[in-house]
Amino acid sequence: MGIFTKAKPAETNQKLKESYFTASQGQLIRARFKSNRTAMVAGWALTVMILVGLFAPFLSPYAPSMAGRDKQYENGPPQIPKFWDENGFSLRPFVYATKRHRSIKTNFRWVITVEREERYYLKFFVEDWQYSYINLSWDLPGDIFDVDFRALTFKTHLFGTDRGGIHLFGTDGSGKDIYSRTLHAIYTSLAVGSLGVFIAFVLSLVIGGVAGYFGGWIDQVLQMITDAVRTIPPIPLFMALAAFMPDEWSAETRFFFIASILGLIGWPTLARRIRTHLLSERSQEYVLAAQLCGASSGHIIRKHLLPSFTSYIIVDLMITFPYMVRSETALSFIGLGLVDPVNSLGALMQNVSKADVLLNYQWYFIPVIFFIAFVLAFVFVGDGLRDASDPYSHVKK
Amino acid sequence: MSLLTVENLTLQFDTDEGRITAVENVSFAINAGEVLGLVGESGSGKSVTAKSLMQLNPENSVYSPESNIQLELESGTVDVLSLKKSQEMVVVRGGAISMIFQEPMASFAPAITIGGQMVEQLLIHTSMSKKEAAALSVEMLERVGINEAAKRFNQYAFELSGGMRQRAMIAMALSTKPKLLIADEPTTALDVTIQAQVLDLMKDLVGEFGMAILFITHDLGVIAQVADRVAVMYLGGIVESGPVAEVLRSPSHPYTKGLINALPKLDAIDEPLTPIPGDIPSPLERPPGCVFHTRCPEVIADRCNATVPTRTEVSKGHDASCFALEAKGKAA
Amino acid sequence: MMDKPLIQVENLNVEFALGRTWLGKPPMLRAVNDVSLDIMPGQFFGLVGESGSGKTTLGRAILRAVPISSGKITFDDAEVCYDVGSLLKKDLKNYRKLAQLIFQDPYAALSPRMTVRDIIAEPLEVMGLTQTREETDERVRDIAAKCRLNLEHLRRFPHAFSGGQRQRISIARSLVCNPDFVVADESVAALDVSIQADILNLLQSLQDEMGLTFLFISHDLSVVAHICDHVAVMYLGTLVESAPTRKLFANPSHPYTKALLSAIPSLDPNERTKAQKLEGEIPSPVNPPPGCKFHTRCPVAEARCRTEVPEWRELSDGHSVACHFAEKV
Repeated sequence: MGIFTKAKPAETNQKLKESYFTASQGQLIRARFKSNRTAMVAGWALTVMILVGLFAPFLSPYAPSMAGRDKQYENGPPQIPKFWDENGFSLRPFVYATKRHRSIKTNFRWVITVEREERYYLKFFVEDWQYSYINLSWDLPGDIFDVDFRALTFKTHLFGTDRGGIHLFGTDGSGKDIYSRTLHAIYTSLAVGSLGVFIAFVLSLVIGGVAGYFGGWIDQVLQMITDAVRTIPPIPLFMALAAFMPDEWSAETRFFFIASILGLIGWPTLARRIRTHLLSERSQEYVLAAQLCGASSGHIIRKHLLPSFTSYIIVDLMITFPYMVRSETALSFIGLGLVDPVNSLGALMQNVSKADVLLNYQWYFIPVIFFIAFVLAFVFVGDGLRDASDPYSHVKK
Repeated sequence: MSLLTVENLTLQFDTDEGRITAVENVSFAINAGEVLGLVGESGSGKSVTAKSLMQLNPENSVYSPESNIQLELESGTVDVLSLKKSQEMVVVRGGAISMIFQEPMASFAPAITIGGQMVEQLLIHTSMSKKEAAALSVEMLERVGINEAAKRFNQYAFELSGGMRQRAMIAMALSTKPKLLIADEPTTALDVTIQAQVLDLMKDLVGEFGMAILFITHDLGVIAQVADRVAVMYLGGIVESGPVAEVLRSPSHPYTKGLINALPKLDAIDEPLTPIPGDIPSPLERPPGCVFHTRCPEVIADRCNATVPTRTEVSKGHDASCFALEAKGKAA
Repeated sequence: MMDKPLIQVENLNVEFALGRTWLGKPPMLRAVNDVSLDIMPGQFFGLVGESGSGKTTLGRAILRAVPISSGKITFDDAEVCYDVGSLLKKDLKNYRKLAQLIFQDPYAALSPRMTVRDIIAEPLEVMGLTQTREETDERVRDIAAKCRLNLEHLRRFPHAFSGGQRQRISIARSLVCNPDFVVADESVAALDVSIQADILNLLQSLQDEMGLTFLFISHDLSVVAHICDHVAVMYLGTLVESAPTRKLFANPSHPYTKALLSAIPSLDPNERTKAQKLEGEIPSPVNPPPGCKFHTRCPVAEARCRTEVPEWRELSDGHSVACHFAEKV
């Protein structure tokens, strides 16, 4: 039973009370967070998605690039594994074989027919295409920056078929498996978000921290810089950058570039929050008490200000992350960010906007659901953390 | 017939930590033109009681079915707790009952002029025109002793000093000629010389407007100067009530006695201060039986911690709820 | 009792700049105006005033928590003698050991993220007064016992405690480094009456036990009357009267002191409406009245008061006043 679940007042458990009294701030926050059901559910969903993203190659039967495409199954609808059909029950899940032919009815486009007689059984832990977890083979501009380092290379995948294809979310126009692409896209979004948030975080911590702690003219100058950066309009900026980016740049370079730019224009909001928080904490009486003991600025920052900070920072980071992901997705969607064949949720959604797709290939929308769930999970967890991290507000007189 | 009758008011809050009893079995009555003082420390429930009179308590408040608040107006008797819609409460809030608070800065909207807010209140509760409301507001500002009232009418709350803001609050509260004024710690945030002025003003206004005041404070000295009757509250219940002179001269409940002894008095500066031992229990850990028994010097073992004492009459109009008192009464 | 005062304040002025300007000097607020007083060792010195009186600023100036504009503050115990205004580095650090502050708000003065033990131990650790953790723990336990804190509670965080208990923790923290001089800034104002008496008794017993000198700042004259042996009254940054407690309350000589005393609501309901209710508002300290600052509200003010600043003079032993008509009053 947590500290904040509804306990009957008559059963005043002494041990429970003692644990409340001796709970540090971190523990109190955790307890409050756990009692918030929405946040907990979102937290689990988020954890699952992050794990899925990190282990994307393992979970995908096909490589998400052109190398892994299924030429026989272009624009194919999703195949759901079954256990049972009119031909009997099977312990192993299976999908049907498919054949395709050009059909007059659809203006000689490929039409896929399902052969219910032939089954392709699913196999688990199959050996298929190779992937590495640590894959630092980047082709950056300039030869000295090129890195080619691979480690943790495996060939095992969670499932696959021996013949034919298993496409859980269907395939796109060139036969690439949407399921695999989605999982890798989650990974890409995580990577872009993390890099962007990291850059924004470091910059805002330094700038916001200095401005907030010292105040005075330093604060004024830094505020002017912060406001100036904040007024830079992102869409025109990215349009200009998209025009500027040379075509020779590899996908990785573009990736770094986009993430860095997002971080470089995303820091003002966070910096402002840090500065405000520091300004108010700095004039708290317990800081004055420490100063009157002769404590140095370093000691005060370390022992008093930084801990009061940490919960706010974590919350701010959680809330900034979906902004980064959304920005990248939006930019990729309109073609200014990462584009096909890179796997990002935005790039996946680029294909969605054609009428052709809307009418015939509705499964292209499945990544959209993932994107929404991803952002919502972050938002709910961030909200839950924010509610939980002010555990002293209700105890005050 | 009393202007306001409160009977068996019991209020609990539904919180994360469980059901907290804020007020238990509170009963009192106020007559027209009378000043009743409600005295208590933190956690005594005095503010909660006052807010109940206008149903201003937060959403998670639970009134017991026996709770009963009756307001006697010219149009008839109003059962305050049965009014559900805010439309119905309009008659009471600001109309029949007005309230002034401790922090006048927090009670005035910072972006609207004083005059604007006073006129707004009048327009809601009366059928005056805007011009008439403005004229009445300036008159009220003058009446409470604010110089250059016409100029102040157009000023904002931050432009006035603390004492003036509190007077403006009083002016605003009185402009609708309420039958009852609830004053929740109105002078606690003021300097003592300004407090003296504001208290004088309130006493004059009682005489002039003939309204009743429910004066809430923790300061016994203020009560002595302003109130006709006093009710002492501790942890959600009234422990003693009666005429002010009587209660202060011969306090009968151990808490009242302890409170008076703990006060530093100017005419006895050599006497040591005797605090009430222990701490006020948290509302989450309300002691069983008599809520004061954990700190009471006259506690009777096995009795005070088991049952809640009922009211014992000390003299006419003066009663207290205490088993030790009962025992003494029987012995006498 | 020694003859030399522990704290000697001479013609102290403390000014603050209001707002910032790019060119020229911004308008100044004079919070403390030409104040001189002596605090003897072992005294419980009371400093009384309403809002804008400058009492908090004076207390903080003595502790060097706010910068001094002009004037001199001397700290002289048997071992060291400091000119507080010009203290630097090592001496300043040493001074911090000897002069401490107890805050008003028990909720804001304790860092919510540290255990009680760490809060009390912090001054020891920052000032390097102890070598080992055991030594620190022992001193913490020692002072906690003196402040009547339950030793088991040392592991808890501030949110577990009531206002009165927190104030005790605050007091323990201020006293752990064994100072000579303690400024108690409205230390009981935020507490309930029944707890106030408890804390006041604690302060008195601590003074006897540890040989402390207190500067007790308060707006509540009744509290000051009970606990202090000498009282000084301030109005708008200026000292108006200073006397041993009994003398001040028996024979107040400044019109403001008289008004302050009669404004305190008496517990006797029959003692209603007495003399000397002051008219008018307290002037803003940004724009103080000329001459005697009190003349705008003074019942006995004359033309002279508008132009001439009354001098600070001694009426009788230990009793000083700044008023042209002190004898008449």
